[in-house]
Amino acid sequence: MAQAAAVAKRPAPPRRRRASATPRRLPYLLIAPAALLMLGFIAYPVVSVFYYSLQNYNPTKPWRNGFAGFDNFVHAFTDDPQFWDTLTFSAQWVFVEVGLQLLFGLALALIVNQTFVGRSLGRALVFSPWAVSGVLTSAIWVLLYNSQTGITRYLADMGIGEYGTSWLSDTSTVFSAAIVADLWRGVPFFAILILADLQSVSKDLYEAAEVDGASRIKQFWHITLPHLKDAIVLSTLLRAVWEFNNVDLLYTLTGGGPAGETTTLPLYIANTSVDAHNFGYASALTTVAFVILLFCSLVYLRLSKFGGGAK
Amino acid sequence: MITKEAPEVVPAPVREPAAPARRPSRHKRAWDEAPRWQIYLPLGIYLVFTLVPFYWILLFALRPAGSTSLVPWPMTFDHFEKVWNERDFAVYFQNSVLTGVATLLLTTGVALAGGYALARFDFKIKRGFMLALLCTQFVPGALLLVPLFQIFAELKMINSLGSVIIAETVFQLPLSIILISGFIRNVPYSLEEAAWVDGCNRLTAFRIVVLPLLRPGLIAVGSFAFVHAWNHFLFALMFLSDQSKQTIPVGLNTLMSADSVDLGALAAGGIIAAVPVVIVFAFIQKWLITGFSAGAVKG
Repeated sequence: MAQAAAVAKRPAPPRRRRASATPRRLPYLLIAPAALLMLGFIAYPVVSVFYYSLQNYNPTKPWRNGFAGFDNFVHAFTDDPQFWDTLTFSAQWVFVEVGLQLLFGLALALIVNQTFVGRSLGRALVFSPWAVSGVLTSAIWVLLYNSQTGITRYLADMGIGEYGTSWLSDTSTVFSAAIVADLWRGVPFFAILILADLQSVSKDLYEAAEVDGASRIKQFWHITLPHLKDAIVLSTLLRAVWEFNNVDLLYTLTGGGPAGETTTLPLYIANTSVDAHNFGYASALTTVAFVILLFCSLVYLRLSKFGGGAK
Repeated sequence: MITKEAPEVVPAPVREPAAPARRPSRHKRAWDEAPRWQIYLPLGIYLVFTLVPFYWILLFALRPAGSTSLVPWPMTFDHFEKVWNERDFAVYFQNSVLTGVATLLLTTGVALAGGYALARFDFKIKRGFMLALLCTQFVPGALLLVPLFQIFAELKMINSLGSVIIAETVFQLPLSIILISGFIRNVPYSLEEAAWVDGCNRLTAFRIVVLPLLRPGLIAVGSFAFVHAWNHFLFALMFLSDQSKQTIPVGLNTLMSADSVDLGALAAGGIIAAVPVVIVFAFIQKWLITGFSAGAVKG
């Protein structure tokens, strides 16, 4: 600031002079806290994960620790059926979950974007699960799916499902049960993103289309959908990555069971590292997950045409 | 019922042209208007799907243990008392508030500085920095548990809320910076320049001119950080071993994984977990939607 004041005293400073007195260092100072935090707590951990992926590293079996080369990776790909199972389940989970979220989220956004009596209350209510955490969602659905006192029992009375079974401990129902629980929270999120974009569609377009006699369905296909395209593509990708990474819900709802039926790759990694203390192998699995995510982010960057106009 | 009714929402993607009330006299063909039932029916079905789970947790929290009544009557607050006093939720609540508020302040402060730099300056590593921000969106906190644990152990921060606050802040930062720089970009630069001409330095100009205009954006970003820290589970579970240091989500998980699950206590704990978040969202709902439309999602 002293510098700025000194500049100000110079005779007849041009209009922008004061503003440009410090900029050379200022932007770096401003991003420094964020950059340091991210370097220390994201970049460094990522690098150390790569390092450990090439090591045998298990605090409970220190005599085996040491450089392992690509053994961990070879083991994962050739010798660990659980790895393939969790990978397949992850793909299944993300695909079904995000697809349904997109479908219902789009429908929901289109509905609450219209004018009707009670709209703001309706919006507030249908969006409310968005605020609920993964763990709380699990808690709620554990109550709903409880075999003795859950809604499943009342549904069984009505002839839907069998009496006395818990949908979360049955291998044939656990996938749908978990999907529905996650949809409950995920659809509002999608709907909010799409709604935000819907509000920027110019009303004139629709009025013009109407004058030309285009039906509402045609208006949707030719005006609404093209306008939403970018937002849909980007939020779908972000959601896919998010659903892939998110462990809170499945960890607390099913714990990855029954019989490992709902273990995603990140959940498997957490189990391998935290429970089995096999840090080296967990790091190798993490590296595989990174590569998958890296591919996604490259697609994302390409699609978002990143780095266009910055200012 | 729940799985079956969901698909019925699908027939709804039709768009009503505009507010019908404002254009009363124009003749219209029948298909130009979305019939009211096309709004209320799917919305009603979706509302049932949304609200039944909420009702269910209230039911369990308010009715006496062992009751199977579908109405929470006679009403009892025993479960809340029990969870709050015997299950340590009073302590968890305090820890969660502390974590949430600290994360909010730290994230907003750091992101404000970074966002301002990105919005107002051109500098050498700007593109690289932005790329790094975007890439971190794809780095899952869950996968970094082990190295993060080691770092915090090295810093002697294991079992202190500081570790959770830092971890939450770091993973909340990239999105916050992107959002805030979007908001700042929406404030005309000429306003700031005018303030400099009037004798303000950069900081005062920012405080007097830009900051008030950023309020909705800051509220959106801050509430995001708070809610995220409040809800997130894994960091607290892994970095805090002492029960008196735990946060609410971990407390909930403990209730769920107990040998004999006390459903009433679980429901009451869940409601305690939800209340602050519901309050936050009730206040900021309006700003959140505008916050998103400010172009943040589109990058």
